[in-house]
This record gives sequence, C-alpha cells and structure tokens, in this order.
Amino acid sequence: MDITLTINGRDHAIAVEPRRTLADAIREDCGQTGTHIGCEHGICGACTIIVDGEPIRSCLMFAVQANGKKIRTVEGLANGDKLHPMQQAFMDHHGLQCGFCTPGFLMLAIGVLEREPNISDDGLLDVLSSNLCRCTGYQNIIKAVRAAAKDMRKE
Amino acid sequence: MSAHGTRGSGTTWVGRAIRRLEDPALITGKGRFTADLPAIHWVRFVRSTVAAGKLTKVHAPKGAMVITAADLKGVKKITPMLHKFNYRPVGQPALADGMVRFTGEPVAAVVAASEEEAEDIADQVELSIDETTPVTDARRALEAGAPQVHAEAPGNVILEGKVKTPDFDTVWNGAHKIVKVEARSRRQNATPMEPRGAHASYDVSTGRVTLTCTTQMPHLTRTAICDVLAFPESDLRVIAPDVGGGFGQKMSLASEYVVLVWLARKLKSSVAWTEDRRENLIAGFHSRDQHITLEGAFDRQSKLVALKADIVSNVGAYSCFPTTCGVEPLMAMAEMPGPYDVQQYACLARGVITNTCTMAPYRGVSRPVITFTLERLMDKAARAFAIDPIDIRRRNLIDKFPYKSAMGLEYDDATYKETLEMAVEAVDVPAFRARQKEARAKGRYLGIGFATFSERTGYGSPAFAARGMEITPGWETVIVSVDPSGFVEARIGSSPHGQGLRTTLAQIIADAIGTTPEMIKVVHGDTDRAPYGWGTFASRSLVISGGATLIAARKVRAKLIKIASHMLEAAPDDIVLADGSAKVAGTDRAIPIAKLAREAYTQTHRFKGEIEPGLTETGHYDPPGTFSNACHDAIVDVDAETGHVKVERFVVAEDAGLIINPMIADGQVHGGIAQGIGNALLEEIIYDDNGGILTATLADYLPPTAHEIPPIELHHIETPSPNSITKAKGLGEGGCIGAPAAVVNAINDALSPFGVEIEEIPATPQRIRAALRSAEKHSAHSRASGNPGP
Amino acid sequence: MKPAPFVRHVPKTLDEALKILADVAPQDGRVLAGGQSLVPIMAFRLAKPAHLVDINEVVGLDKVISDGTTLTIGARVRHAAFHKSVVDNPLGQLLSAVVRHIAHYPIRMRGTFCGSLAHADPASEWCLVVATLDATLVAKSTRGERLIAAKDFFAGIMSTALAEDELLAEARLPLLASDVRFGFNEFNRRAGDFAMAASLVTYRLNAGKIAEARVGLGGAESFPRRIVEAEAALNGKTPGDTVFRAAAEAAAKAIDPLEDHQTNAEYRRDLVRAVVRRALEQSA
Repeated sequence: MDITLTINGRDHAIAVEPRRTLADAIREDCGQTGTHIGCEHGICGACTIIVDGEPIRSCLMFAVQANGKKIRTVEGLANGDKLHPMQQAFMDHHGLQCGFCTPGFLMLAIGVLEREPNISDDGLLDVLSSNLCRCTGYQNIIKAVRAAAKDMRKE
Repeated sequence: MSAHGTRGSGTTWVGRAIRRLEDPALITGKGRFTADLPAIHWVRFVRSTVAAGKLTKVHAPKGAMVITAADLKGVKKITPMLHKFNYRPVGQPALADGMVRFTGEPVAAVVAASEEEAEDIADQVELSIDETTPVTDARRALEAGAPQVHAEAPGNVILEGKVKTPDFDTVWNGAHKIVKVEARSRRQNATPMEPRGAHASYDVSTGRVTLTCTTQMPHLTRTAICDVLAFPESDLRVIAPDVGGGFGQKMSLASEYVVLVWLARKLKSSVAWTEDRRENLIAGFHSRDQHITLEGAFDRQSKLVALKADIVSNVGAYSCFPTTCGVEPLMAMAEMPGPYDVQQYACLARGVITNTCTMAPYRGVSRPVITFTLERLMDKAARAFAIDPIDIRRRNLIDKFPYKSAMGLEYDDATYKETLEMAVEAVDVPAFRARQKEARAKGRYLGIGFATFSERTGYGSPAFAARGMEITPGWETVIVSVDPSGFVEARIGSSPHGQGLRTTLAQIIADAIGTTPEMIKVVHGDTDRAPYGWGTFASRSLVISGGATLIAARKVRAKLIKIASHMLEAAPDDIVLADGSAKVAGTDRAIPIAKLAREAYTQTHRFKGEIEPGLTETGHYDPPGTFSNACHDAIVDVDAETGHVKVERFVVAEDAGLIINPMIADGQVHGGIAQGIGNALLEEIIYDDNGGILTATLADYLPPTAHEIPPIELHHIETPSPNSITKAKGLGEGGCIGAPAAVVNAINDALSPFGVEIEEIPATPQRIRAALRSAEKHSAHSRASGNPGP
Repeated sequence: MKPAPFVRHVPKTLDEALKILADVAPQDGRVLAGGQSLVPIMAFRLAKPAHLVDINEVVGLDKVISDGTTLTIGARVRHAAFHKSVVDNPLGQLLSAVVRHIAHYPIRMRGTFCGSLAHADPASEWCLVVATLDATLVAKSTRGERLIAAKDFFAGIMSTALAEDELLAEARLPLLASDVRFGFNEFNRRAGDFAMAASLVTYRLNAGKIAEARVGLGGAESFPRRIVEAEAALNGKTPGDTVFRAAAEAAAKAIDPLEDHQTNAEYRRDLVRAVVRRALEQSA
C-alpha cells in the first residue's frame, strides 16, 4: 500500500504491507531510527511516539493506520541546537544510561504533559510506570520528568 | 574518608558530577544501535520447540534458504575451557547438530529479504525431533537415573569444586549452635531493554567481515568467532555500537553471531538478525538458578566460627563462553564468607547441566544469591541467640584490614561496620520498631531488613586464573593520544554501554594532563580502533580501564612536560599543566597544550633526539582486585492477605573508594537496586514439566516498573583503595547484590509474628501466601489441640 | 515477532463494515478496533487472521451518549475517553475510577471499551463492569441486530456469544441511581498488569441496610460475573467489617477458580477474599 507518513513535519511517501507496524515503518521505511523496539507486544514502551497529539505504542499500530496523521518522534523534539526541556532535564538529572528506552520515555512524558500539564506527582508516577527502563531504577527519570514538567508549564 | 561532593572545588574534574558526554546523541535519537543498520538479507532462527530430543530432519519449504548444522561443516563447536575442578568440556554447535538440549535452541537459520518474510518461512519449517524426557531441575538432574544431557558430563555434573580448611572439623564439632538456611534462587533473565542482535557485512574488495553486534566484549567476540570459523582475526572487525544494556547477558558469545558471520562470508553480502523479546526470554541466556544449603557454626558469644555450604548451580544446557559455566558455582564458593570474619570453611560447589537455556553471568553473578543466603543465616542466627540482627552483624563483620579470607582472598580496606552504622542511623531503627508495633496492632505487617556485603571488583587476571579459566580477562589497555589538532583521544579495550565511561575516563585524563573533558574523546567498541581488551562487565571498567587510562595519561603528561620544558627553556619541575596550557610556575610564560602537541609531530628536530616523535602513550593495568562494600536496608509493607510486598523505603550506605563522578556512581547504584528488587520480588523464568517456558512475554516475566521501586536514599563513604591506582573501586553490581537479601530479610521481619520463613527468591505473593496459609493451618491445628500458638 | 500477512479493509460506514465482515468472517476475518490486545497476539503469531476489518474510520461509532437512563458506548470509544467522567451520574465516576487500572496511559489512548469486551480477557476491567451492572451488548451483522445481556455474553476465556460475522457495535450501561455507592479493587503484581482478581461492588442503602447489592468478580474465573452468594450476604445487612468479610468469604467459596503455573485455587480464593472486601470497604 502507498501511504504518506508525516513525521516531525516531513512527509515520507512509502509503500508498505498492511502488516507493517508503525514502529517498523518509521525505522525501516522512513529511516528514523531514534524510535526503538524493545518487545513488540506493547509492554516495554520503548517505541512510544506521539500520533495526532496522543502518546501511543507504535508497535501496536499498523503503519497504514497512521496514513495522513501527524507523527512526532524523538528526532523532532529539539529546535535546532536548542533541546526540548524534557531532553535537557534528562541530561541534567542523569535520566538515562544506555539510552535505549530514552526516546520512549521522552515521548511518553511529553505526550502526557502536553495533554495534562498540571498532572499530579502521583499521576506522573502512574504514567511513567507505562515504560520499562533497566538501567536507572527510575529514580532520575522521575526527577527529570518532574523538573521538566515545571519548565514546560513555564513555557 | 570524605563525604560525597566535598571534593571537586573546580580545580579538578575527578569527583565532580559533570553531565555525561554520551548524552547529546542518545537524547536526540542519534544513538546508533545494531538494529538501526539496513541489510540485504535478514535471518530468522528456527528454534527447538522441545527441551530434549534427537533431531532427525529439518523440512524446509521449497526454494527457501534454510541453513542447518549440515551446512556448517567445518565449523567448530564453541567449547569454553576450565582447567580445574573436574570440569567436563562440552561443545555447543552453532546450530543444533543431531540433538536438541533446550527449548529455544537454534536449529536452523532462515535467510530472506526481510524480517517478515524470514519469519513467514520459518513458520513453515518443520522439525522432526524424537523427543526424550528432559530434566530441567538441577536437584532432579543429580538423582540416579536422571536423563543425561551430555554424554561428556556423566551424572550431569559439569564441574565440582571442593574446599575444606584444615581445622574445620574440630571447630565445627566444638561449636555452640548450628544455624541452617536452605536457600533457593529461581531462574532469571537479565532483560536488557535492547535484545541481542547482529549485522554482518562482507567487504568484497578486502574479504573482511564487519560484525556489528550488541556485545559487551567486542575483541573476545572476534577471537571466539575466528576460532570456531577458523579464519584470521585480521579479517574480522567487530563493532559494538551503542548497546542497549547488557548486565552480563551480552558478555557471553551468542551462537547466532557465529552463524551471521558464516552467512556473510558465504553470501558475500550483508545479513542481519534482531532478536525478538520472546527469543530473548527463552534463549538469551539465563542465570541465578541455584540451591544453596548453608550452615553456620556459632560460639556462645554468637560469633560465627565455621561455615559450611553446599552449592548446586543449574547451568543450563551448555557452558557459556568465555567465563564457562563455572562462573556461578565457583564465585559462590570463593566469596561465600562475604564480609564476615570466619576462618573455617567447607564448601561443595557443583555446576549441573540440564535441559534449560544456558546460564551466563548476570549482574552480581552469584553474589546476589550468596548474599541472600548468608544474610538469611545471620538473621536466623540472631533469632536463635535472641539478639538483634544488627548486633549479630556488629559481632561478626571484619574490621581489621587487610584481611585474608578462609579462601585466601585478600580484602583491601573496607568499611563494613561503618556502613552498617550509617544505614542503621539513617532509618532510626527504634522509631521504626515503634511504628511496626502500632501497625501490627492494626493488621499491617511492616518489616526491616539489612544486608551487609562485600563486592569484589576489578578482578585481575590472577582471580580468573585461580578458577582455572583458559581465558583470564583481567587486564586492560588504553592508548591516549594528543593529536596534532590538540584534541585528545583515548582508545580503550573496555566496551561501556550505559556506564558513562566516556565521561569518567575523560575526567581522569583531564586532571592528568590539565585540560577539560570536552577536549577528550574516548573511543571504544571497535576492534579496528581500540586496542585488544576484554570489555565491560564485572564492575571492572572504572578500576581496570580507568587505571590503564591513568597510566597512559600520566605518560602523556610526562611527555608534555618534557616538550614544554624544551620550548619554554625551563626545568621540568617548574612546568605546571593546567587549564589547557603548560606554564612555568611563578611566571606568565605559557604554551597551550595544543601547540605542544603540534610541535610533538611537526617540530621534532627541535628536541635533538631527546624526545620521540608524536604524542601517543599506552597504559596497561592488571590490578590485584579490590572490594567495595555496602549496607542496604529495606523497609517493606507486606499485605498478609494477598502476599503483596511494597518496598516502602530503601537505604544504602556504600563505600566504592574514590568516586570519580558522583552522579554516574549514584545512577549505577539506583539501577542495580531496582534489578535487585525485581529479582527479589518479581522476576522468574518458569519451565513446565516438559521443559517448555511459561514466561516468554514481558507480561509474564516481570521487570519492575517505576511503581515498584521506592525512592532510594544513598549515603557514601569513600575509602580510597590501595589496590586501585585511581583509588576507585567498582560499583556496578553492588545494588543488585544487596537488595534481594535486604528485601527478603525485611519480609521475614514483617512476617515474624506468624513464624514463617521465606528463603526463596523471588518472594512472590503466591509463595508468601502459601507460607502464611500453612502457618494459619498449623496455628488452627495447635489451637484445636490445645497447644500454644506461635 | 512480525504479524503474518493479512488483507486490510477500511470501511467508512457501519453498513459497509458489516458487509465486509460478513464476506471475510468465514475466511478468518476479524475486527480491528484499538488493536491493543489483538496486535500483540498477532505479533506472537498466536492469531493469524487473513482479513482485518479496521473500524477506526467508521463514522458514528465514537460516541458516548446518555439518554437519561442508559449510557451508550460506541465501538470506537477509547479507554481514555473515560479518564474524566463522561456523564453526570455515579456511573461516570465509576467508569473513571476503573479506567485508570486498565493497562497504561498509551494503551488507553488506543484501546477501546467494546474491543475489550469482544476480546473477553477474564481479567478485563470493562468486562467486569458490564457483567456487574448487567449491561446490554448490541451485536450487529448484515443479518440484523441482536441485544445480548452481559450475563449471556461471556462464554469462556476469550470467548463470547458474538457470531463470527457480528460486530459489537455498542454497549449499553444502565445509569445508576444517584445514591448508589460503589467500590473497585484489583490485585496485580506490577502496576498496569492484568488483574489476578478484581471486584466491583455497588449497592444502595435502605434505612441503613444494604439493598440491591451487586458483587462483580473478574480475573478469578473464566469470565467475570456477579456472585449472588456474596450479594445475598450483603442485602438487608448494615454495612460494616463483619458483613463485608462474610460477603468476601462467600465469594471466595463460590468461585470456580482459574489456575495457572503460579496461582493455585487456594491463592485465587485468597485474592478474591481480599479484593471483594476491599471493594466493599472502599464503597462504605
């Protein structure tokens, strides 16, 4: 099937089988490998991206279903050299080690905070339990996201 | 001793929590992981669906490219060696050859143009296997008449270590009290977020293959693959790009990688395999499957005087390369006495081969299990003597250093008692006991548990040689160059994958040569660029690679001073390297290091043959090994009705020597503890009676989420190690080592009113309820028969 | 873990969807709604449907409508729609209290209410809700419309009364009386995981005594249902610890517990006892 995926404002005209997951299409067909695949069954959250303003698991959506939708991935977060406050907070608070789960956590946290900027700390903990990280013990991810939430509210 | 954060006034880089140099790429999606590479051919492995049997035929669909053992003629078996402990070498074929020995064992490799197509074909491949009865439990495998997994290992015992100190029997027989623990650690999977994967590409002009793979040990991967495929190492380049976590699982050779390289050479093309999560859970190496019976003999003063251990380690179907399957049982044997002063020790440690996925090192290796066992023993002994668990530790912890253990290990300076006191003080035990009492009255069961442990780190080659390993990965080499541009490059044999070594080594070099970390690039993970080295595992890299880095950087420093002394016409002793320049002390005369470096290449005639050209120095380091230590304490809330355990609070007092970057060090401890809590409560690979795996998804195998990990409080002592030239000790594994013991001791403390004992990890809610139910029945029975209840 | 190939159909209207479903159902055709349960089992190739009827573009199925007595939830309504109360009635609060237990935020963005019912996982929170409240489920096909009572809808583990050509077009939940009390409790080992037992209870107070008690139980048997023995232990009694414990005990006794490699019948009964009592305590 011929479809167009609009990723971070850029159109990618691609041909895919209906069974191609959105995660695979973004990575393999559009070459945007910042989105990672960790389990392909919706548990780990490494592939979390934002589609039409909603943080979703890209391994549980078919690429054909995203035809014409606005897709945001980790590659689109920074504005030139200026990092998104969430990226900056992850650096400042050591919210990543191996970096494999990081794009998923960034998109998850940003996707939720854009929808619910005043989410409580407990609500954020619920949200962050959506994704798995094996390196950080979540301590610094939680710190980073809470700090970035403050910055995002200011902006 | 100095507290965290008091150093790093701005004049040195070591000791400062600078941001990581690794991060800018990783947070913008520019990291490069193995699966990011495009390939012409994709591989899907067809895996055995049964645990044991004779493989009689592989039926491939017509026209498909399906590689089997029959195609791999001449490929040697992976046969890691130990030269001690009655080790029985067993070979692992890259693809199952005649026999299948565990569910998930690769049997055939399907090659197709895409992953989807390869999987479609793999679905159609049929395996004819004459099933035989498998054996998955180690104790069952030791029974007479148990199925034999390998003919080479009669009785399924692949190695056996035995030790007994000369006065053991006398002391044992004269002891006042014997306390016994029967500990069981269930099987776990390290579960890096990035499963394994490899990409092999053939260069037609040179005939070389580049294998990009998610590994912790690129050089050893090259050596191993060239050994089994019999071609020169110069024809294989191994690249470990960004690696999405390893935790030991990626330090053992994946037989799949051998097949990939073989295919790239056969097809003269590029070929890739990305392990999926299911494969990772069933076949990506397991660990921690151990039974330990530990008995402690105590004198009247509750002093431990002798220790007796029986260690049975289920090592799976094959022996992992390079450590061999001795890594778990032999480490358990060598380090069982832990931080306690006990000079009489007897141990029998057996590696038992079964029809299960091969065991490999996983963060902490045996130490999470032996610490769990030993710390259970201490708590039980405290109860037997009716003293506080903290007091029995105070009476038994080693406090004079250096200390030689019953196994002959020399412990350098450590702070077992100090960290215990710090951890005790941090939680305010009397206040907790009061709260615990109040809660119990309301039917809530809180508990506190302590774990003190030593973490042997920076294993040098003698430590591996002591195990009789054919490969002793104890040293590291680092090459530090200042190139003509004035920038510094450090090429290292270690292969970090999240530990922040690019940053911490840059901090060490920056201090040594008077520049800033931004000027320094640390290069690793490419056998064409980095010197031969062993990789990153076993809490070794900061100690060993850091030591080699310091040695090399000091040589560069000496040379820079020599050049500066020539150019500034000053005595070497008067040259100061700082802020990117060489200065003559007490004057305003200075030359930028960049200029010195340029002259080192371009103006060699000025040095009159007294200084060799260029500015590249090499450091090697093979340390005697050192011991970090810590005390963990956990406070838990056990729901007696459901068996659910909530870890409320987790406190760590840690001594890992000099801390190079506190932010990174703390991150390592956090991550280790989270894995330790997962290991203690949640994570378990379960086989059914036929050797099939029941936990092949992340909804069944349960790494913890943010919800299950409490806030972790860290307290530090920094006792510089005399056995490490950077004064740093390793700390990558410690979190994982102490946490299971602390958590399970806390559970047992919480459940003490019921008189139940949990001696198994993970302490699942099902197990906790089963224990409570049996206690309830017992108590009901006692009441009925008029006996006093617990 | 890539799904097997399939043909995707993208109807724009319900009639079109039903027609396609009627055509492809005999050739292993299935409905794709949110995909949060179906896609994982396709990734494991435990399901290899030859056709998927993707209803995500069908107009009109994304509505939540209250007519004053009934709340009607269309086939495309996502879990996340219930994060905030959808109707000014205790039912709205009940649904938003329950929804946060369903998997995780990104899953709730895509997964649908009706999709969960059709998938019929024993541990599904929405299945428990419709069973407890005796909702009516509306199955549509080219053959017409069928109203199925929740108690007749679930047939076993991941098995329902839906025929292969039927689409679960909507779920109709009765609005609750304004004085209805409710409580919900579930047990799982890790945040967001499937419930190992879950209970939803509702009741009213009549002169201080429990009336119209409903005790729903999920995750403990092949499918969720009301436990009449527990309800009988409540009706006519004054709410309190003794009564709640008696009801929980009655529920634990009444079930035919699911067993698996980790959870034996005894443990499942332990959990049932705990979740029922806790749901009741929450309601009080």
